[in-house]
Amino acid sequence: MPQSAAAQAPLIALDGVGKWYGAYHALKNVNMTVRKGEKIVLCGPSGSGKSTLIRCINHLEEIQEGKITVEGTTLTASARTIDAVRREVGMVFQSFNLFPHKTIMENCTLAPMRVKGVSKADAEATARKYLERVRIIDQADKYPAQLSGGQQQRAAIARALCMEPKAMLFDEPTSALDPEMVKEVLDTMIGLARDGMTMICVTHEMGFARQVADRVVFMASGEIIEEGPPEEFFRDPKHQRTRTFLGEILAHH
Amino acid sequence: MSYNLDFSVVVDRLPELLVACLATIGLAIAGMALATVIGVLGVLARRSRFKLLRGLVIGFVEAIRNTPFLVQIFFIFFALPQIGVRLNPTATAIIALALNGGAYAIEIIRGGVDSIPKGQVEAGKALGLHPAQIFRHIILKPALRAVYPSLTSQFIMLTLTTSVCTSIAAYELTSVAQKIEADTFRSFEVYFSITLLYLIISSLMMGVFALISRVSFSYPVK
Repeated sequence: MPQSAAAQAPLIALDGVGKWYGAYHALKNVNMTVRKGEKIVLCGPSGSGKSTLIRCINHLEEIQEGKITVEGTTLTASARTIDAVRREVGMVFQSFNLFPHKTIMENCTLAPMRVKGVSKADAEATARKYLERVRIIDQADKYPAQLSGGQQQRAAIARALCMEPKAMLFDEPTSALDPEMVKEVLDTMIGLARDGMTMICVTHEMGFARQVADRVVFMASGEIIEEGPPEEFFRDPKHQRTRTFLGEILAHH
Repeated sequence: MSYNLDFSVVVDRLPELLVACLATIGLAIAGMALATVIGVLGVLARRSRFKLLRGLVIGFVEAIRNTPFLVQIFFIFFALPQIGVRLNPTATAIIALALNGGAYAIEIIRGGVDSIPKGQVEAGKALGLHPAQIFRHIILKPALRAVYPSLTSQFIMLTLTTSVCTSIAAYELTSVAQKIEADTFRSFEVYFSITLLYLIISSLMMGVFALISRVSFSYPVK
């Protein structure tokens, strides 16, 4: 395959993805491609399927229809493809999900040592690099409960980065934070975006979307309703549902 | 009522009683260690994909928790030899204590594992860790911490239950006390003394449990 074609192949591709919870149709024929370095903001009302969608990408949820391909690997139920995808894709959760019994440093070194077989010294060097980058290197020896929410979320971002993923999924990373801590996490994410990380962010932070997104994707009732570059998306939303949603969330900002 | 207390018989045979205390502590520690292993493995089996394995664990736990310990130890000591399994009293005592304590430990530890938020497992999965690694490195310690008070009080029970092993003439504190009582007829003095000794053993155990907790489970939580 010529180099140019490889470069253009999407890093993440969702093709006709469908998902049900019992009788409930959570995702309906979702198609999406994310190229290397692209930043996507996924928004939509609660229950619209946006979190479900990104959780399918690293197989925290299973799809029943269509296919998901990450860096050339198509996800199946086999552990091999799941492992391969999870190595390339990091995730940050709304509730941080740091391991309470491990220090921030240990949180960051666990997976590189156990999954990649990296030595402790190398894992710690990598961890220091990313903890410095999210500006909490001075908290490395503390336990998660000793950190503020914003610091915990930055630690969680560093932990994901320590696996050196090709893409990062953010599942409402600022929704559980006190208002004064939202900015420090968003600034970290903006920094990451500037450095060229491929990102899919589920968030209601429309300022963030304007600032870093290449595309904003709007979902409702399990479907992608519309998508576009942020200026266009916010200036001239095509669908009534998008307009209603933007009206509701922007009224508060 | 004129009964003259005479603790001199106890004092005379104190060395014997103290060695018997060590035997009791030994049985208890062996029982607790094996019960913990059975507890953790049992929880894993209870959560496995294999229905048969899950059923076996449930059957084991129910069988143990709904029958008397005395019957269990008699079964191992007197019934098993009929089918060719012959064990000495000490081995029988340790196995009986381990199986009995293990059944309770399975139920207790299972509660701890169930109390771990789903997000912890998801974070482990998202980082690429496998289920066994997630259990070992992410779930186990917080789960044990969550149930540590219940688990240790069960282990104090196990320690005191070693006295039932007298029934198969295992060497431990109560059986030695019985022997001294039979030699001296000083029932009050002998049983009063070992009551105190059991109290001391339990207190020591609780001290050790507290120490283990401080060393292993001292991480802060909100």
